[in-house]
Amino acid sequence: MEGTAVRRRLNWQTGTVEELVSETPRTRSIRLGLPCWSGHRPGQHVDVRLTAEDGYHAQRSYSIASAPEDENLVLTVERLDDGEVSPFLVDELRTGDELELRGPIGGYFVWETARGGPLLLVAGGSGVVPLRAMLRHHRASGSAVPVRLLYSARSLPDVIYRDELTRLTGNNAIDVHFTLTREQPVGWRGYRRRIDRELLAEVAWPAVDRPLVYVCGPTDFVETAAAALVALGHEPGRIRLERFGGTGGSA
Amino acid sequence: MTRLDGNAIAGELYDIFGTEMTAATGTCAGCGSARPLGELAVYLQAPGVVARCTSCDHVMIVIVEIRGVRCVDLRGTADVKKA
Repeated sequence: MEGTAVRRRLNWQTGTVEELVSETPRTRSIRLGLPCWSGHRPGQHVDVRLTAEDGYHAQRSYSIASAPEDENLVLTVERLDDGEVSPFLVDELRTGDELELRGPIGGYFVWETARGGPLLLVAGGSGVVPLRAMLRHHRASGSAVPVRLLYSARSLPDVIYRDELTRLTGNNAIDVHFTLTREQPVGWRGYRRRIDRELLAEVAWPAVDRPLVYVCGPTDFVETAAAALVALGHEPGRIRLERFGGTGGSA
Repeated sequence: MTRLDGNAIAGELYDIFGTEMTAATGTCAGCGSARPLGELAVYLQAPGVVARCTSCDHVMIVIVEIRGVRCVDLRGTADVKKA
């Protein structure tokens, strides 16, 4: 019975940076070694805390990019130029450094195989991070749930996990669509406009198929996508949203 | 002011309630609509945290820290049910 379970406080713990991978000029993935990690669900996040020498704390939330099945916890962080935490994580952090965090946190913006589908994932910019955890979980668990990802980025060099996502298109159950809103390479055959009702109508399953939808990105992006999905007849109760704060521009 | 959602205060809600709350259902004391707390309209840059009902804009949760003591005002929330 859940009521009898021992409640666990959300304690701070220290991880060690094991690997750093530059995903794009503005984003970096941080692979962490965490001795006390209790596991997570795809879509959850952690709080990261930095402490200055004078004791001042700055704390931000970052989505978990790895699947529960992956050996290590991975965060992918986008640098916000006026940010207090992200410039340090993207530019200064080194392998072997320690990082203070607590989590996993959240239970609403979570997808696991048992929730079923079809599954529509809509990402704006670094909003792809928690959706990538879901995609990796889908693959690691051998799920047969059909998945479509629609990912909006400014340009091809801004696409996070580009190789991994491109490789996924070879998987029968997964369809990946990119839209590049500002700059497209010569010969680009993907979409080249901001997400709107017409684009979602083209990429998404029709509302009668009742897909489960997860939308993540900057606030404006998420609200545009959500309004368009509802206008297309999708049930609000099957649409889950996560808004990212702090970004100056949207994808 | 940037509008976020209940996911952004998942850690604070966990601290206050001692368990995961974003998937819990909150009922608005203003209009009676019942939705997951993860869907609340959240503003972090108010003096403290303000979470509003997405149906009627009624203030459902206010969290303010005063000299290290966290003050939580839930008068705008009629009911909370764990997921």
